[in-house]
Amino acid sequence: MDRVLKDDAVEEKGERARMASFIGAMAIADLVKTTLGPKGMDKILQSTGRGRNVTVTNDGATILKSLHIDNPAAKVLVDISKVQDDEVGDGTTSVVVLAGELLREAEKLVNMKIHPMTIIAGYRMAVECARNALLQRTMDNKENTDKFRSDLMNIAMTTLSSKILSQDKEYFAELAVDAVLRLKGSTNLEAIQILKKPGGSLKDSFLDEGFILDKKIGIGQPKRIENAKILVANTAMDTDKVKIYGARVRVDSMAKVAEIEAAEKQKMREKVQKIIGHGINCFVNRQLIYNFPEELFADAGILAIEHADFEGIERLALVTGGDIASTFDNPESVKLGHCKVIEEIMIGEDKLIHFSGVEMGQACTIVLRGASEHVLDEAERSLHDALCVLSQTVNDTRVVFGGGWPEMVMAKEVDELARKTPGKKSHAIDAFSRALQAIPTIIADNAGLDSAELISQLRAEHHKENSTAGIDVITGSVGDMQKRGISESFKVKQAILLSATEAAEMILRVDEIITCAPRRREDRM
Amino acid sequence: MKNPRSFSLCRRGFPWTKPSAPRRRFKPRNTATLRCSHPPRPAAAAAVPVGSRSFRRQQSPARRAPAQAAAMALAFDEFGRPFIILREQEKKSRLRGLDAQKSNIASAKAVARILRTSLGPKGMDKMLQSPDGDVTITNDGATILEQMDVDNQIAKLMVELSRSQDYEIGDGTTGVVVMAGALLEQAEKLLERGIHPIRVAEGYEMASRIAFDHLECISTKFEFSADNIEPLVQTCMTTLSSKIVNRCKRALAEIAVKAVLAVADLERKDVNLDLIKVEGKVGGKLEDTELIYGILVDKDMSHPQMPKRIEDAKIAILTCPFEPPKPKTKHKVDIDTVEKFQTLREQEQKYFDEMVQKCKDVGATLVICQWGFDDEANHLLMHRNLPAVRWVGGVELELIAIATGGRIVPRFQELSPEKLGKAGLVREKSFGTTKDRMLYIEKCANSRAVTIFIRGGNKMMIEETKRSLHDALCVARNLIRNNSIVYGGGSAEIACSIAVETAADRHPGVEQYAIRSFADALDAVPLALAENSGLSPIDTLTAVKAQQVKDNNPHCGIDCNDVGTNDMKEQNVFETLIGKQQQILLATQVVKMILKIDDVISPSEY
Repeated sequence: MDRVLKDDAVEEKGERARMASFIGAMAIADLVKTTLGPKGMDKILQSTGRGRNVTVTNDGATILKSLHIDNPAAKVLVDISKVQDDEVGDGTTSVVVLAGELLREAEKLVNMKIHPMTIIAGYRMAVECARNALLQRTMDNKENTDKFRSDLMNIAMTTLSSKILSQDKEYFAELAVDAVLRLKGSTNLEAIQILKKPGGSLKDSFLDEGFILDKKIGIGQPKRIENAKILVANTAMDTDKVKIYGARVRVDSMAKVAEIEAAEKQKMREKVQKIIGHGINCFVNRQLIYNFPEELFADAGILAIEHADFEGIERLALVTGGDIASTFDNPESVKLGHCKVIEEIMIGEDKLIHFSGVEMGQACTIVLRGASEHVLDEAERSLHDALCVLSQTVNDTRVVFGGGWPEMVMAKEVDELARKTPGKKSHAIDAFSRALQAIPTIIADNAGLDSAELISQLRAEHHKENSTAGIDVITGSVGDMQKRGISESFKVKQAILLSATEAAEMILRVDEIITCAPRRREDRM
Repeated sequence: MKNPRSFSLCRRGFPWTKPSAPRRRFKPRNTATLRCSHPPRPAAAAAVPVGSRSFRRQQSPARRAPAQAAAMALAFDEFGRPFIILREQEKKSRLRGLDAQKSNIASAKAVARILRTSLGPKGMDKMLQSPDGDVTITNDGATILEQMDVDNQIAKLMVELSRSQDYEIGDGTTGVVVMAGALLEQAEKLLERGIHPIRVAEGYEMASRIAFDHLECISTKFEFSADNIEPLVQTCMTTLSSKIVNRCKRALAEIAVKAVLAVADLERKDVNLDLIKVEGKVGGKLEDTELIYGILVDKDMSHPQMPKRIEDAKIAILTCPFEPPKPKTKHKVDIDTVEKFQTLREQEQKYFDEMVQKCKDVGATLVICQWGFDDEANHLLMHRNLPAVRWVGGVELELIAIATGGRIVPRFQELSPEKLGKAGLVREKSFGTTKDRMLYIEKCANSRAVTIFIRGGNKMMIEETKRSLHDALCVARNLIRNNSIVYGGGSAEIACSIAVETAADRHPGVEQYAIRSFADALDAVPLALAENSGLSPIDTLTAVKAQQVKDNNPHCGIDCNDVGTNDMKEQNVFETLIGKQQQILLATQVVKMILKIDDVISPSEY
């Protein structure tokens, strides 16, 4: 037979292709499997880049993102995990594990000579049924603010319990819920600033109602301002260059240079005067402020802060309610920001600028303290997950229980469906239910519990109507999730279910893998 | 660089003394094998023969007996000494006559075989990994072939074939390749029986005309109007049913049809698909895919504090940046006095002020600009309460102009109130936990531009949905152009096969065999359909064929979805007439071309 592909291209067909993708997908799932649940373990990732940076993490998306994978099916799984992270923020491990389990079950069915299309048809019926089952059992406490808050607390604690912050989860859950509720329904997490300062312990972390800017106050300027009027600006305060294209200075004598320099200085002085003319006592600029204008500001008793990054500026504008200004010709129409007190504070060794008593309470800062950079990084990731989930829950207030409860509820309904469905599809539906049950099994296994015993107890428990039983990993037994306060967001669960099935379906449909020759790199010797 | 010697006829004895011989060592093998996309292979690799295994096997007899290979292109001068006609002849491999045809047919068949399993509603997908490691999962014939990166020349012809079907019709890209493969397979048998390739090609040509006309006969007109879109939706559903998105084919088909109808000019029967923008964003689920009567731009407001929602927007569409002008000619502005420095500064401020003022004066409430803004301009815009969007791509800009009925304005001086576009609502919407935002421009003055916004679990899913929707859009467009349909599920092919078969007997001459083979080849599509659906292919095909002849009903096809009836009229499985006709014509053309090749000269691989 003639080859039609390029030399290094690899073509795999039929059974071999299927096997390659199953193996790849399952390998990825097994890789992150052990991080699942409250007793899941962490992974160390060492980068191949310079410095060999080390990351210690429990977050599925972070782990998968850093892996270099060649298997195309595995890439699909990495991708769904990434999407899960972007879309809802949490459940990045679960989605990969569920997809892996679905494929594991599918492999058994394929070995039983059931056509992949039949399996897909079965999975589709099952996922629809599972979603409806879950939908019926959701709880919605939108109206009741107190209850909703406790829901949020439960969700935050459940999310955090599998992370490094689990020791202080109540404390951090409180932090996260407070921060999210301040957003008032927006999902823009940028307004929540997370500052990491090594030193102290995780317990020393705190939420600050105001805003903390990681900058120092200029020398000779006031260290504390009360009733501050703040002008937030994005303008050049170094040399204000002429923006007209092609302009250049051409002089023929030293005297001229001096003149132009003086004019430049004059220009800057005028600019500063204009800024001062706004009646402010604090000026924050995104770009650099050179010594000369800084001196002028100091003379006028104005606090000038230079080089706040773009996000800092945006947040500051958001918090203080001021405009971000770039021209200063009409001071009357520029909205200034206000806050009660600006002062320099110390966290650990570092001096920071603290804005407190701000007008609009939308933004806030969470200061994380911890023993090392790694701990702080992981704490930030965990907190980010929790914040994401919470902000999504604020929008979609439906809540389900955790601890394997949703999986068991779905599995039960799917089992029912399998019994009612005639034809080969029922095998696939059955398999779907087994894949769902694998999640609580893994959670129990990771906690070192007797999963077989626990799951069978759980299933029996769920046979009763309206059971709220789930696995309580802490005591190692089946417990009432309602009493333990273990909840999860419905939106997260639904996203896990749907995208895992979608990915499994995609991989199942493949009967041929064509890998093109990798692009050659020039050998740089 | 060109050596005139290498073009002239060289004496056979010369290669050893020829000055070009040592020079060749510096050239990385043969210039003809170099493709621009391929950097020269490293020297180490050159030591290993790079040719594909099978290719070398074919060439090996030629290599072992150089005399025989040379004999093919041997000419003698008046002294009886041999000439070498081809440049660097000893480095080329050559296939002639039946060998050439057979080798070509074999590679074309190889391509067709790859696509065969993707045909039909139960067809499987292919996973393709690009040279850069990106993964594509698809069912679309044109995409598979395009990304497969084939090396063989004949295989490339098949890729072209599928691509031209894609350009012309948009759907049926898999079917056309499968059909061409089947035609070539049949042709191979005829060649073995000693029939001349040209006669085969002519027979195919006749047969394709018969099939073409017969399709016309069995087609039905299909009445629809803007109110009754059901027939269109049904046809789009047939197209979508073979894709991974068949989970919600109904919803997607409706979206596709509505989108096409929104931009269609029913009077002229023309549809400009460019007016339909397909935008995708990962996240959410497939069911969230929506049709927006307006434009979706993947951009956000230039200043974070600008309003996120504008009602009754008057839009100024600009292609000039909010920056001081840059004359195209090279120039320098020399500053040599303090006065000049100061005037220049004032000038600059005036520029910004004027620009914003002009937009404000004409009454715009939203500025959409193709270029960037200077910080100062940005602030001024915000300050004057004039929201703005920057860095909007040219295509999007055009679409916005069409949708809002505005004009694209290249200079601030030319802004005037009547050139502004109008939209009922412009809003910014954020997605997920990252700071992804998109700008919706809705309730436009002219709703002739629409956007389909796809959501899905992962990137590959979105890409595949885009491709599937493109197919569906094309089908809907074809129906508006020509509302004839034929029935799907292989029924049209079977009907044609029967018609061609009967017509064959009336043809005297060798062509009769070719025509009959054409009829056999037409069966390949229903055979593949049945095979992919897990049915016994021969049994099913013969049963359906018999039924068609018995009932004289050309609507019988393969029951892929196990519905229980094989009458495609009842199953509502339709395909467009022009799509089917084009498939037959294109496949026949390519097959004729491949059959006519009797000499393959390729640079050998060492």
